[in-house]
Amino acid sequence: MNLYTYASPANFYHLAGKLIPWFAWGAGLLTVWGLYISFFLAPTDFQQSEAYRIIFIHVPAAWMSMFIYLVMAFWGAIGLAFNTRLSFMMARALAPTGALFTFIALWTGALWGKPMWGAWWVWDARLTSELILLFLYVGIIALWAAIDDVKRGDRAGSLLTLIGAINVPIIYFSVKWWNTLHQGSSINLTKAPSMAAIMLQGMLVMAIAAWLYTIAVALVRVRRIILERERQTDWAKAILEAE
Amino acid sequence: MHRFLLAVLRRDLTLAARRRGDWLIAQFFFVMVASLFPLGVGPEPEMLARIGPGVLWVAATLASLLSLSRLFADDHHDGSLEHMVLSPEPTVLLVLGKSIAHWLIYGIPVLLIAPVLGIQFNLSWDAILVLELSLLLGTPILSLLGGVGAALTLGLRGGGVLLTLLILPLYVPALIFGAGAVDGVMTGTGAEAHLSLLGAFMMLSLMIAPWIAAAALRVSLE
Amino acid sequence: MEWASWSDFWHMAGYGLYVWGSYAVTAACILVEVILLKRAGTDTRRRLKRMQQWEEQ
Repeated sequence: MNLYTYASPANFYHLAGKLIPWFAWGAGLLTVWGLYISFFLAPTDFQQSEAYRIIFIHVPAAWMSMFIYLVMAFWGAIGLAFNTRLSFMMARALAPTGALFTFIALWTGALWGKPMWGAWWVWDARLTSELILLFLYVGIIALWAAIDDVKRGDRAGSLLTLIGAINVPIIYFSVKWWNTLHQGSSINLTKAPSMAAIMLQGMLVMAIAAWLYTIAVALVRVRRIILERERQTDWAKAILEAE
Repeated sequence: MHRFLLAVLRRDLTLAARRRGDWLIAQFFFVMVASLFPLGVGPEPEMLARIGPGVLWVAATLASLLSLSRLFADDHHDGSLEHMVLSPEPTVLLVLGKSIAHWLIYGIPVLLIAPVLGIQFNLSWDAILVLELSLLLGTPILSLLGGVGAALTLGLRGGGVLLTLLILPLYVPALIFGAGAVDGVMTGTGAEAHLSLLGAFMMLSLMIAPWIAAAALRVSLE
Repeated sequence: MEWASWSDFWHMAGYGLYVWGSYAVTAACILVEVILLKRAGTDTRRRLKRMQQWEEQ
């Protein structure tokens, strides 16, 4: 038994089925622990009072939104280079969750911004890049939705993810650059509040929970995609009949 | 190799010369979008000069999208695109030639019209000069990245709208550096840094975009 | 313990709307994703099963 065995959709389908409960339960337990830290262990911030407690979801969501995009680009590149079907399916399975975390990061950013800087939206470098990241996700998902042919869709979506991934650092840099030039019209948020160790710990626990959740959801989605694409094979027919 | 590139260029330019209406539409669109802004925000000269660089740059990006959806579509319809991709000549050169042709048909007229619109927006001569430089460096980026979008959406229902959705986020750095350069010269902070970053972005697009567009074209034609 | 009472907890020193607005929307988003995922899963399986039965006939 080696690693390549799991690159076959049939084996991966069964493996994913076994792994999903572990990731789901892990995500659930860590969320409970993370929320306990966020609300009961972390002290009140002397500058931001209780409003800062939003960072326990805002920062992990922002991290995940960027991380998932990179993972999608990674799977897309692997798929294009080695022609492995499963990698394309993984990329597709990750996209909706990535877009969801991007939206959550924007929403919580707005709700954090209102009490802190007096505006729901400021054209801060990080918020603006996050908004453009959401546009990239929407573009990729729309391209997948528009292409009926599976093979073409896989490759086209991965190429778009890749060119986006090359562009993301440039976009981030350009937005940051633009932001520093327009100091007058916007507020710079780069100075993070000094953080107690327990706050950092809460953020990390929530981030790991979000990561496990993403894996669980992506595996559920990838199982559905595998079943749909392999419906002509004997093993898929057997599974459908057994259910 | 060079001969193939030149052949693609000559072919696209000849075809464009026969259908003059097509690319004139994009230029009129550019003028119209820019002219709507003073009607929307008011005619105060100071404010127009303030928003002018950004408005002209946004209008130029939108105008590029208008003609991009047909970059490969006509050749795809009559089947000649498939022949060119299957021919022994590298697809990268085909894409590069078509992107350059697109820039010549769309970018050069934009460069010619932009100073007139700049005067309408009350820009100073220095600002107009920098606007021209930024468009000279920036519009090739739009044609190159747009080639990727056109190749990805080739033959899809609603391909034109989808192209817009895919490509506009990728244009962001060009817009920021381009409009920022003109802003820089107007506020006295200088335009050199913006223009060199814009040039770097153009070189990067030139090196990467044709390869990805060629791969996308092959994927779309399979 | 940080909180003197439950009402203190919900009040969040005046920032309740923002803090709970963030957490509620996040929870709702995740709930919706999970429900949609479940429904899509059963839909796909049902559809594939029907296609299979139809092919066998």
